[in-house]
Amino acid sequence: MKEAKIKTRDLSLFYGAKMALNSITMDIPEKEVTAFIGPSGCGKSTFLRTLNRMNDLIPGVRITGEVLVDSLNIYDKQIDVVNLRKKVGMVFQKSNPFAKSIFENVAYGPRINGINNKTKLEEIVESSLKKAFIWEEVKDRLQDSAMGLSGGQQQRMCIARTLAVEPEIILMDEPASALDPISTAKIEELIFELKKNYTIVIVTHNMQQAARVSDLTAFFYLGELIEFGKTKKIFTTPDKKHTEEYITGRFG
Amino acid sequence: MSKQKKIAGGLFIGLTAFSAVLIIAVIVILLVVIIIGGKGTFSWEFLTSFPEDGMMKGGIFPAIYGTALLVLIMSVAAVPFGTITAIYLTEYAHEKSILAQTIRFAVRTLATVPSIIFGLFGLGFFIKFVGGGMDDAFLGGHLKWGQPNILWASLTMSLLTLPVVIVSVEEAIRTVPRELREASLALGATKWETIKRIVIPGSRSGIMTGTILAVSRGAGEVAPILFTGAAYYLATLPTSLSDQFMNLGYHIYIMATQSANVDQTLPIQFATTMVLLLLTFTLNLAAVIIRSRLRRKAK
Repeated sequence: MKEAKIKTRDLSLFYGAKMALNSITMDIPEKEVTAFIGPSGCGKSTFLRTLNRMNDLIPGVRITGEVLVDSLNIYDKQIDVVNLRKKVGMVFQKSNPFAKSIFENVAYGPRINGINNKTKLEEIVESSLKKAFIWEEVKDRLQDSAMGLSGGQQQRMCIARTLAVEPEIILMDEPASALDPISTAKIEELIFELKKNYTIVIVTHNMQQAARVSDLTAFFYLGELIEFGKTKKIFTTPDKKHTEEYITGRFG
Repeated sequence: MSKQKKIAGGLFIGLTAFSAVLIIAVIVILLVVIIIGGKGTFSWEFLTSFPEDGMMKGGIFPAIYGTALLVLIMSVAAVPFGTITAIYLTEYAHEKSILAQTIRFAVRTLATVPSIIFGLFGLGFFIKFVGGGMDDAFLGGHLKWGQPNILWASLTMSLLTLPVVIVSVEEAIRTVPRELREASLALGATKWETIKRIVIPGSRSGIMTGTILAVSRGAGEVAPILFTGAAYYLATLPTSLSDQFMNLGYHIYIMATQSANVDQTLPIQFATTMVLLLLTFTLNLAAVIIRSRLRRKAK
């Protein structure tokens, strides 16, 4: 196993008094794809969102334990959450393009970071769209509104937008759940390509998808990490009975 | 069903239909009377010329100009201030914090204060306190700002229309989807950058609606400017913030009550009323259209 990029130590999360994550400890390796699976409400998305502190936005959330990214505790008071989110990008379940042109969507992050040079921005936009396999489809209409793209194209553009910030880790929250099979296949192909350069963590409801794209799989149930290991092993010879039952479709 | 019950039901339907029709009838009669009374006088000439012969003849251009200037200055004051307040309430304040609740209470109260009170407040605060203070401090007591003018009238009016702006902008801000804020924050934007680049542009139509509603309200109100800047008659247009101004609503009021021969000015009163109604109806219609588009977008 490659070196751990993200480590969590006894990470628990509470919504008010209700415990949503119970003492999760895991090591997510660098430049591999790690999939989180489990039934709805098992905490996998909540856990994903602790990794770039998106849960900070929800009132009443309390966290104990540690999340270490490159050995730094991201919940430390000295951590700048803005810098953290540049390093740990996120792709959401529902594609969420801004009501701006395709170009401005992708240039959003770089502009925030103070890049205003037109040539430089054009370079970043082009290379990001290329990395997200959507350049050929949109290169002639960069100034058109992103709202005019199909759902699958919007999602790949959102991935390009995330890549434009040059993150090291990309969190994906069910990125293909709202897409048709062809668009899903494109996203999966893209994930496969991206893992050469990025550490990817993906939450998915789709068992086949987890089996196809991931190197490691973590199974969550009722806020606990039940089992975590090589995808091949989890899907063929899981250690826990619960995992096996879920994977074979006996519940969930 | 007994016959008695049928009659009672029928009566009730009749009563509700009657009340509904009555409202429509009031509007129709109002419009018909005003249009019949004013159409003989209403003309391009009427809109573009000054009053003549002690306001017995001529047009209402200075009143239109003064009203436009009033609502313009009022908007410049009320829209940014109201928008900022709305942003604070929706984005920064905790829903249940004492400060937020106090602000909301103040906004609601402000919206119910009778407009004449705003007029008196404007006189006491802007003219006597602020204006008088400015004169004492900078002009050695020479009277310039401590008397009614278009600036104080506009600011007084902006207090009246502030709740309209705040409520409209708040509603618009709430229609900006959470997903877009999250997308922005996940790209490393700060909260302020997200508000500036995503939330405010996404609320543009709400800010627009609020502005139009405020303008329409401000154009129609007379009481707040009664003591703070509106003039009976001016031979010249206002050119400075310290000048007084004429106003459509006030013009109707003085012609109906102060004119030497009320009957003779009647056609002018009708025509002026027509202009004022046309103005506020058009503005309200525009606001309704923009708002319904906004609501459809939110769904």
